[in-house]
Amino acid sequence: MKKDAAKNLRAFAIELAVYAVLVTCYFFLVLHLLGDWLYHLETRHRYTYAAVAILLIAGQAVALDTVTTLLFRLLRRRWR
Amino acid sequence: MFFPISNAHINPIYLAVVGFVIGILGGFFGVGGSFIAGPALRLMGVDWNYAVGTDLAHIVGKSIVAAKQHRALGNVDLKLGFFMAFGTIAGAECGAQLIQALKRAGNVNLVVSYVAIVVYFGIAVFMLWESRKTLRSGKGRSQSGLVKGAESKKDRSAFSPVTRNIQRLKIWPMITLPTSGIRISLWTILLVAFVGGVFSGFLGGGAGYIRMPSMVYVLGVPTHLAVGTDLFEIVISASYGTISHAIKGNVDILIALVMHTGAVIGAQIGVVATQYFAGPKIRLAFVPLPLIGAAIVIYTLVTGHKL
Repeated sequence: MKKDAAKNLRAFAIELAVYAVLVTCYFFLVLHLLGDWLYHLETRHRYTYAAVAILLIAGQAVALDTVTTLLFRLLRRRWR
Repeated sequence: MFFPISNAHINPIYLAVVGFVIGILGGFFGVGGSFIAGPALRLMGVDWNYAVGTDLAHIVGKSIVAAKQHRALGNVDLKLGFFMAFGTIAGAECGAQLIQALKRAGNVNLVVSYVAIVVYFGIAVFMLWESRKTLRSGKGRSQSGLVKGAESKKDRSAFSPVTRNIQRLKIWPMITLPTSGIRISLWTILLVAFVGGVFSGFLGGGAGYIRMPSMVYVLGVPTHLAVGTDLFEIVISASYGTISHAIKGNVDILIALVMHTGAVIGAQIGVVATQYFAGPKIRLAFVPLPLIGAAIVIYTLVTGHKL
């Protein structure tokens, strides 16, 4: 039980580190580029902005959840 | 990092850490965490209207992740969640109208503050009393103290005689909820959701601190299922709120997206943690949340500064 918990904790720590690198790349590559376009939408096309906003947050939720789940599964298998 | 929509300079690591903390709370208790997110954004100089709208957008993303994880653990009653979403949206509109009426009367801040303090304290005291009584009687605890599997979700409560009486009210149409293991009038479900929605519109945020306990004590939904279903319901109602606020120009989606990167990990930790606690223990741990909300309101009243 204790061994299992230690393995999970180690896998989680590595997952966090890998995730942090991915998220940093995401900040600079995606969000930075999206900034101007979203600002333009927010000031001129509010309804489109509302639809894009909800799609972006939902899409990111599904994508990041998939990434973290896959990472965790992969790392757990590797450490087993 | 500069966020052009809300015209604010905020460190993205700060946002991710705030998201992480709220994610843990959301995954474990089924709350939106607006009582932390709102003040945290205000602290960085984000205008109040952007703080409210952006927080709602971030809640949508976090709740999708947490609800998905809870669903995998069998903690989401989809049927109940759909019915509740209708009541919540209607209630939120009524709450917002109530705020508008109080604004016209000129005493909105004082009334909302006093109502919030009474409600927050009431919930905290009641949940403290109930969960401690249940834990003392030993009914809600498994022998090992660790809980896993579907059986463990059928937790007991010191308030269950009242809950059973509410379930006996046979007002047509009666709804059977096999996942939660209850049969109850649709009107009771809608009323609980409506009251939660009114508080959401009146006090702001997702009002999970009202809805989650109401689902346990009034509807008789097991605590684990109440947490998961509340999150699922928040996805629907917060999406509605986000669209509404975005149209009014109150959402900085870039801030929400950055906050959400931290919330994803936090929510997963919160969800996994629920597996290791019995229902009454989750309810006992919930007690400080409304007290934090009350403390923020009292601080605002005493100092005149809005956090």
